[in-house]
Amino acid sequence: MSAPFRTHQGGRPDRARTLRFTFDGRTYDGHPGDTLASALLAHGVHLTGRSFKYHRPRGILSAGPEEPNALVELDAGPGRREPNSRATMVPLRDGLLARSQNRWPSLAWDAGALTGAAAALLPAGFYYKTFMGPGRAWEKLYEPLIRRMAGLGRAPAEADPDRYAQRYAHCDVLVVGAGPAGLAAALAAARGGARVILCDEQMEMGGSLLSQPGTRIAGLPGWEWLEVALAELRALKVRLLPRTTAFSYGLQNMVSLAELPERAEGPRERLWMVRAARVVLATGAIERPLPFSGNDRPGVMLADAARVYALRYGVLAGHRAAVLAAHDSGYEAAFALQAAGMEIAAILDPRAAPPADLLAEATGRGIRVLAGQGVARSLGGRRVTGLISTGGERIGCDLLLMAGGWTPSVHLFSQARGALRWDAARDAYLPDTAPEAVLCAGACQGSYGLGACLAEGHAAGGGHGAAPGAQPGREPSGMPTAQAVAGAAKAPMAFVDFQNDVQAKDIALAVREGFRSIEHVKRYTTNGMATDQGKTSNMVGLAIAAATLGQEIPAVGLTRYRHPVTPTGFGGLAGRHRGDLFEPIRRAPLHGWAEAEGALFEPVAQWRRARAFPRAGEDLHAAVLRECRAVRQAAGIFDASTLGKIEVVGPDAAEFLERLYVNPWKKLAPGRCRYGIMLREDGFVTDDGVVGRMAADRFHVTTTTGGAARVLHMMEDYLQTEFPELRVWLTSTTEQWAVIALQGPKARTILEPFVEGLDISAASFPHMSVAACRVMGIPARLFRVSFTGELGFEVNVAPDQAPALWRALMRAGAPHGLTPYGTEAMHVLRAEKGYIIVSQETDGTVTPDDAGLSWAVGKAKRDFVGKRSLARPEMRRRDRPQLVGLLPRGTVPQEGAQILASPGARMAEGHVTSAYWSPALDRPIALGLLAGGRERMGQTVYATVMGGAPIAMEVTDPVFLDKAGERVNA
Amino acid sequence: MLLIRCPHCGDRPEVEFRHGGEAHLARPPEPAALSDAEWAAYLHQRRNPRGPHAERWRHIHGCGRFFNAVRDTLTDRFLATYPTGAARPDGTQQGDPA
Repeated sequence: MSAPFRTHQGGRPDRARTLRFTFDGRTYDGHPGDTLASALLAHGVHLTGRSFKYHRPRGILSAGPEEPNALVELDAGPGRREPNSRATMVPLRDGLLARSQNRWPSLAWDAGALTGAAAALLPAGFYYKTFMGPGRAWEKLYEPLIRRMAGLGRAPAEADPDRYAQRYAHCDVLVVGAGPAGLAAALAAARGGARVILCDEQMEMGGSLLSQPGTRIAGLPGWEWLEVALAELRALKVRLLPRTTAFSYGLQNMVSLAELPERAEGPRERLWMVRAARVVLATGAIERPLPFSGNDRPGVMLADAARVYALRYGVLAGHRAAVLAAHDSGYEAAFALQAAGMEIAAILDPRAAPPADLLAEATGRGIRVLAGQGVARSLGGRRVTGLISTGGERIGCDLLLMAGGWTPSVHLFSQARGALRWDAARDAYLPDTAPEAVLCAGACQGSYGLGACLAEGHAAGGGHGAAPGAQPGREPSGMPTAQAVAGAAKAPMAFVDFQNDVQAKDIALAVREGFRSIEHVKRYTTNGMATDQGKTSNMVGLAIAAATLGQEIPAVGLTRYRHPVTPTGFGGLAGRHRGDLFEPIRRAPLHGWAEAEGALFEPVAQWRRARAFPRAGEDLHAAVLRECRAVRQAAGIFDASTLGKIEVVGPDAAEFLERLYVNPWKKLAPGRCRYGIMLREDGFVTDDGVVGRMAADRFHVTTTTGGAARVLHMMEDYLQTEFPELRVWLTSTTEQWAVIALQGPKARTILEPFVEGLDISAASFPHMSVAACRVMGIPARLFRVSFTGELGFEVNVAPDQAPALWRALMRAGAPHGLTPYGTEAMHVLRAEKGYIIVSQETDGTVTPDDAGLSWAVGKAKRDFVGKRSLARPEMRRRDRPQLVGLLPRGTVPQEGAQILASPGARMAEGHVTSAYWSPALDRPIALGLLAGGRERMGQTVYATVMGGAPIAMEVTDPVFLDKAGERVNA
Repeated sequence: MLLIRCPHCGDRPEVEFRHGGEAHLARPPEPAALSDAEWAAYLHQRRNPRGPHAERWRHIHGCGRFFNAVRDTLTDRFLATYPTGAARPDGTQQGDPA
């Protein structure tokens, strides 16, 4: 296959080797060293996509990372479909499969293009103004419709089969950008002995040198010097990272890099997090497009991009070019392209008096210059065929180039919290001062000459002596963009932000409608809000806003550059933190047993807990009823190992707990337990749990499953910072103790034969006792406690011994009807007794009194954390939400349902916190927080039902079962 | 990501630490002696200075110790870190409330 737009020779691609690739079903060829864009252009393919809003045909605008138009979908098989890939940054490889986006049924014939015909009806803010009502029309009608019409790529639906790596690195000097300035900086730093990392987003290092084969550095041809420089950097052990984009500049010189490794095996992306003592930014500059009617037509391109395609890739982007040059660099591009074999139809220079030397050279080359003229509009359909000048002349061309001046890439410098200053001479914002150790070199600070780039890089790298020498080059100039955009706001289809389809007139409209801040103009028009973050559009948009406001650009301001500066794959950011490694799962020692029994699990914090053990033919509800009945009638066995546990030890341990919990502890005898409540300093319940005193100076504290880390952190906080004089040591023992709970009237009968060294009869081991003993020969801490209202024990043993003990208890208990139960039955059983669950009955605004737990508060205590807050008037109001029992009529209400005083009431007076079908009462029960609830016993209130009639409920005491506590004390 | 110098362990990445709010706020020894307004001020009112700010950090995934740090809220630069109980170092004066 011939590539009709490939030059006869020259450029970087290796013409000896051929790669085949497919775009929209057609097969083309190219060479190693090509990008997808250069290979398409070699075949004359400009049309690569449809625009976001108007579905206008779009082509390749640039040759670099700023590309807003040529976004394609790469398809490397299931799970490897990558949308929104910039064709200008995709290295060509054999078998590459690419598709255009946002078109149907085909790129050439796109139904959505009708939107373009209606474009006059779609000004800035159109969606805000139009799709306003009625109520649900947005979600039902407008949004799905707009989403189908507007949009870019499709995200893959399959799981990603690839591997992604993340790496931390440290260095003395990180150099971002391997153009002449960056290379000079890396060389200087490495020669001085520094550890250096040099990264560049292109597949090949060299930056602008790659498209300047004719230049000379240090006496060598540019490309030869590049080889020598890279070889020296390798010899100096500099880490060279091509295909690596620095996309985020964090605090203290932590810069994030996204590497796309070339190897087929290994990770698909690698995220580098580099901490550098010093950062040198040599990030270059981006050419500005110019707004005129139809400046988005395929075949309209940045002038320097066409030069890069010709000199770096050996590809002519057209046969006959017209150049709109508001800046001198347009002439340089025209001269270079002419030398490469392209016909230059004309240079249109809106400046009345272009520089004399350029005019002379153009004349010498036989190129016509139309001074004082711009482009009124482009001609053509899916490809440019010519233009009409502002002077009314029609000029035929198949390539229309824009040279609107240069925007230094200050994104990373800005993210380093660097201040920018407006430089009127260069018509650009340039880096000023930064709090980080960061230096800039070359075009990113407005220095465009090769000599200056090398000298600045050399200095930024800490180099001594002379920099690599090059000719200084001429100082370019151009028409300020604020002047060059004059009149654009009146031109239809004069685009500023190509990716978001923002026109010059949209920006002017936003200003007319009252938006003054550039940040507001940006959001209203969406200028600069696409994935390219306005790399080509920000300055042009700013110039139009300034012109419309009649202000200077620096008076209008500048929008911020967000992370990531350049779009980055999610894979690298996620790294290995996905699937099973996304978040650790904690499995209790008896997890394996429960799994083998076919338990249903539920996540509780990072744990997985057995929710129920359904038997064949049982659903969850049936299993829970059976498990509850077994506990009430015989006995149940429950894995309570996930309870948080903290060992509080030391001579002042009791005094410490006295200050941290609402309860009194000093008189609690060793061998006894107490239900403890912990408040925050603001008086609200934050955790609860049984605390056992093992010895005068030793407490076994339990916390909620989810609260263990929080409680230990809070205890450490007070111990270290408020009460450092207390001699107390805190140790998390959550994973040192497995906990097997035996609950029910037969619990003692089953357990007793296993216990050695302890009499667990009701008389000698009453409710709320604790003792160290042996159970089946295993050292244990045995608690007599109950969260079910039944006679109960909790056996604490070492986790590795727990499964054997569990199985032995199961065998011994089987004749007595011992039944394993899960967290769902546990919830029901405790609710029948009115026991709260912190974070279910409490929500961070519940005091002990609200929860009906005043009895636990040590009234005689002078102080404890949260006590002073309980004395505030607000905390003593009688109409605070208080815990009540609720007897719903008929059905179980939803947990979280609002409680109403009457079925039609508009104001809620509380909410349902827990609701279940109670097997013991054979009816629905609920707990709730109800305003002044304890004074409303016997009243009827109503629980809201989504889309249904409220459920009537009788307010009652929260203890539904065995109010006297006979069962628990059995 | 910040690099934070734990006074006990040395420089460690931010992910090993947990922020603990403003430093040098001693819990009143007799909370009951305070008026509601005074107690509310202790509970809720915090400086939000622009500039140097003394705050508590805990090296929670390291030695577990709380310590104090003076950080410039404008630049995120740490001016000093020092053990709990020690006085705020000279030359790290409070920033202006903003």
